[in-house]
Amino acid sequence: MQVDIRDVSHGFELEGAPLPVLDRVSFSAEPGSFVALLGPSGCGKSTLLRLLAGLDHPSSGGVAVGGVPVAAPDPSRILVFQDPTLFPWRTVWDNVALGLEAQGILGSNRARVDKVLELVGLKGFDKAYPHQLSGGMAQRVALARALVNEPRLLLLDEPLGKLDSLTRLAMQTELVSLWQRARLTALLVTHDVEEAIFLAERVIVFGPRPARIVADIAVDLPYPRHRGDPRLAELRQKVLQHLGLAATW
Amino acid sequence: MSTIDPTVAEVGDAAATTNYGRNISPVLLAAALAWAAAAGLIEYWPEIIPQPYGRELAAICLGVAVIAALTALSGTVFGRIASILRYYGPWLIVAAVILAVWEVLTAKTGILPVPFFSSPQSMLEVFFDDWERLGTSVAYSVLLLAKGYFFGALAGFVTGVTIGWSRSASYWVHPLLRLIGPLPATAWLPLAFFIFPTSGSASVFLIALATAFPVTILTWSGIASVNRDYYDIARTLGAKSSFLILKVAIPAALPHVFVGLFMGLGTSFAVLVVAEMLGVKAGLGWYLQWAQGWAAYNNMYAALLVMALMCSTLITALFRIRDWTLSWQKGLVRW
Repeated sequence: MQVDIRDVSHGFELEGAPLPVLDRVSFSAEPGSFVALLGPSGCGKSTLLRLLAGLDHPSSGGVAVGGVPVAAPDPSRILVFQDPTLFPWRTVWDNVALGLEAQGILGSNRARVDKVLELVGLKGFDKAYPHQLSGGMAQRVALARALVNEPRLLLLDEPLGKLDSLTRLAMQTELVSLWQRARLTALLVTHDVEEAIFLAERVIVFGPRPARIVADIAVDLPYPRHRGDPRLAELRQKVLQHLGLAATW
Repeated sequence: MSTIDPTVAEVGDAAATTNYGRNISPVLLAAALAWAAAAGLIEYWPEIIPQPYGRELAAICLGVAVIAALTALSGTVFGRIASILRYYGPWLIVAAVILAVWEVLTAKTGILPVPFFSSPQSMLEVFFDDWERLGTSVAYSVLLLAKGYFFGALAGFVTGVTIGWSRSASYWVHPLLRLIGPLPATAWLPLAFFIFPTSGSASVFLIALATAFPVTILTWSGIASVNRDYYDIARTLGAKSSFLILKVAIPAALPHVFVGLFMGLGTSFAVLVVAEMLGVKAGLGWYLQWAQGWAAYNNMYAALLVMALMCSTLITALFRIRDWTLSWQKGLVRW
């Protein structure tokens, strides 16, 4: 789905004082593309995803998905958080079925839940409770919970941020293959430079708060990518320069 | 001896892992001896003032001794009951000692004088001769408590969810709750007996009131402390308000709700007894009052014991319901 962000500014109130987090941000993403939003922690990238999901409304500017202005949350645009935030009182299967149940279409679509659990490699864990899962497994359930609704736009808010590094590498590869198979548009917020250039077709670099776009870099490498590719190292250098961290490399 | 049945071996192994092997249990044998000794003491040491039911008490002790001995010698033949008895073996010994000391101090020597202290057989006498009145009292108490607790818990739960969810409901209900909630329900007693047509309905109201306050507060705080992300997630997945309340807020708040239900049950016992003592002409509270009127201390001790068993059973039942409902939670406290 086409994503259009036009001149969006947004802010919060913190102890009575206004706190601007987004400053006239504009960009578009092609349907089916994988775009990474990269920037320092707390720069307002996550806020952008909340606006796209329809959980918040921008103070000014316009947010449109598929040419339609975003007014409210909709299962065609799903946000995956940094914490899996599974419902602890529901089994894995029931957690994944949440969206279908909420929309009242679970009855005729139970097979979809089984299918997506298989897709994320959690077949046989249907009856487990969240406290019995490892961090990586829980995040897979969270992904399955999003994917079962067949979203056209997947908003990923540092979904791998809290995983150990080995699980993280494995999940990065899985994320790419999920995106390719489901043919959806993916917007990934991250502060990990390598993750951004390894996964995305395009990396949009944000400056510190209030977030403003400082660079828009195309990653012109075919999938599957290789982590040792010298082109990735070049791109990383370029991105770090935009973040003002080139000297450390 | 030549063939080993695999299923029997397996059961034996399973029992061995919980420390109750197929072998003889020395602790239970000691318990059997202790109970037999208690039976002998009750039967052959003459009472200072002769009392009925001494022989029946001795027979019961002997029965306990026989069961303990059989369980000690039969290994795991009695299955679950055997393993429970084996677990409580040390307690069984101590119980026999307590009974014997009690018997000696009251019936045998009179160091603790009648009528203020009851001997074991005089309590047995109450259970044998007055079981009908005691039984109906228990039934009335449970019925009254059930009615009051049900309405109180329901009202508290609904109020708690409403004020936890709706800001305007909270605005209007909160001041009332702060004013009326901390007032002990028993303070309403004279007024309630005056306003309500029957003392029974007044008692139901008072028990409901006592139950409702803690349930309301805990349900409310449970709903208010639900992780906001749960709502965001459910909303992006297409949930409407009714789904957010019924399938997100309430299940997430249930652990708090159960704390409120426990507190409510505790306070409802207190109100029940007071209401029965002062107004209702039935129930265990009334039985205590009635026994006091006749200076029937034996009956009072017996009724206290029955009341303790009743309250404990009800708390246990609530724990069972909670364990079943919250089976998804880790590290629950066992009762």
